[in-house]
Amino acid sequence: MNIVVALKQVPDLQQIRLRNRQPVLDDVPLTLGNIDKNALEAAVALKEAQGGNVIALSAGDENIEDTIKEALAAGADEAFLVADDQLQGAESSWIATVLAEAVKKIDQVDLLLFGEGSADNYSGQVGSRVAEILGWPQVAYAINIEVNGSTATVTRSLEDCDEIVEVSLPAVITVLSDINEARIPSVTQILKAGKKPKEVLELDDLDVELPDGSPVETISNLAPDSQRKKVVVKTVDELLQALAAEGVIRR
Amino acid sequence: MATVLIYSDKASMALELLTAAREVGAAAVKAVTINDNAAAQDLVGAGAEVFAIDNDAINLADTAAVASALAQAIEQLGTDVVFLSSNRRGKEVAGRLAQIIQAGCLTDVTALQSNGDQIECQRNALGGATVATQTITEAKKVIAIRPRTFEAAAAGSAGSLNDLSVEAKPSAVKLVEVRSKAGDSVDIEAAEILVVVGQGMESQDDLPLAQELAKKLGGEVACSKPVATDKKWLSEERIVGLSGKKCKPQLALLFGISGQVQFTVGIRDARVIASINTDENASMNQMSDYIMTADLKQVLADLNKAL
Repeated sequence: MNIVVALKQVPDLQQIRLRNRQPVLDDVPLTLGNIDKNALEAAVALKEAQGGNVIALSAGDENIEDTIKEALAAGADEAFLVADDQLQGAESSWIATVLAEAVKKIDQVDLLLFGEGSADNYSGQVGSRVAEILGWPQVAYAINIEVNGSTATVTRSLEDCDEIVEVSLPAVITVLSDINEARIPSVTQILKAGKKPKEVLELDDLDVELPDGSPVETISNLAPDSQRKKVVVKTVDELLQALAAEGVIRR
Repeated sequence: MATVLIYSDKASMALELLTAAREVGAAAVKAVTINDNAAAQDLVGAGAEVFAIDNDAINLADTAAVASALAQAIEQLGTDVVFLSSNRRGKEVAGRLAQIIQAGCLTDVTALQSNGDQIECQRNALGGATVATQTITEAKKVIAIRPRTFEAAAAGSAGSLNDLSVEAKPSAVKLVEVRSKAGDSVDIEAAEILVVVGQGMESQDDLPLAQELAKKLGGEVACSKPVATDKKWLSEERIVGLSGKKCKPQLALLFGISGQVQFTVGIRDARVIASINTDENASMNQMSDYIMTADLKQVLADLNKAL
């Protein structure tokens, strides 16, 4: 069984600072999306239970060759990368096209896993778009995946219910972070990660040409204007008086 | 502005989309329903021109089938702009539909404004650290709008009900079972007052104090994600934040919330925020109206006594 896990290289969100409401991304280290790591963990768990091969797939700028080591340390057997500086911050539909073309170059993929949304943009479009390009069925928001031969039984968690569905393979499945707790690689695994096989392609190798203008234009991207009072209160009584004065509680 | 096609698997959200389309000044609104007579009637009652798809071969659990049905509806009705609800079902459909019709797509949209032919959309970016204003430059647009961004359209003069016929391919997704979520069906988004528990709360034994306070204030208890998913003190329905609920209560009383962006994105629209922490440097304090540095358990006990 070949399981491909798509992971996105993102700035470490914990380390983004704001200056005059503008996000400052300089010198922020790159990492892989948190929910993407749950998708990887789900793949590694399936492999450990039933055998198979886990391939970490990513498209990003040239840093991706380094960033992907996290996934190789956490259990992926090999990496398949599209490294091209044009891909930095590329729009969802473009990334979907690139990832779908890359999947076509990998032999006999049974499952293609994503996190339900990327850590930075969280649009949740890419998995669905790739499924459409490949013509594969899809199940999003998975909290459980079992593979039985040519089908998978997947629990899709919706707001008000869980749906258990049987999907024929190959299929695209996106996972919720609730599906598992991603493992933290040991030092030995981190050291071994650099030696695992990596195939690195450029956009030209995929015959993909990105269009000139982006289908989505960003007019502004600012931290919300937070105008809070920041009044320090010393006692519970003072707090209650303040809240009563705001008209939000009655005493 | 152009004609807008609206679809949601939930009738209440479809009615919200109807309001959204009217508010951005759509020239006309065409509402599509799939195998849902009740939703079609609700939409007709709110004055919409409804196109009802009735086809047993389309199963809502099969996103490819739903996206294909909507793409056929778009083709037949000649609309370029689609509004979907950004609940999980709607988000899953959005990307697939956008890919079929070669549209630009934005999801989790929290505000809309028309500017000439463009629709300016606001959505959270960088994990909620920022709010981006974006427009889709493609002629075809799929916009998924967060539930509760708009009021549901009220019943009024009746619209019209039309049948719409679409083809469905054999499905590769079979629905085996539907399980309702266990127990807790609390709606923290509807609460006027939230008592929110964070990881700063030291012991689960202190939780009843927060529950007592919420009850006394006529509100609900909510929490940050780790309190539900890691500690499992509260159900996931009570999570506030990027991967939980976005709440706009009149008052949010926060106990032991450090203030990570993934959390604050879910509470920053509250009218008044009071933050109680043991750490006076908690970043939540910078985003609060009232700040108190004290022992959480003591404050909870004192509040319960005073109210």
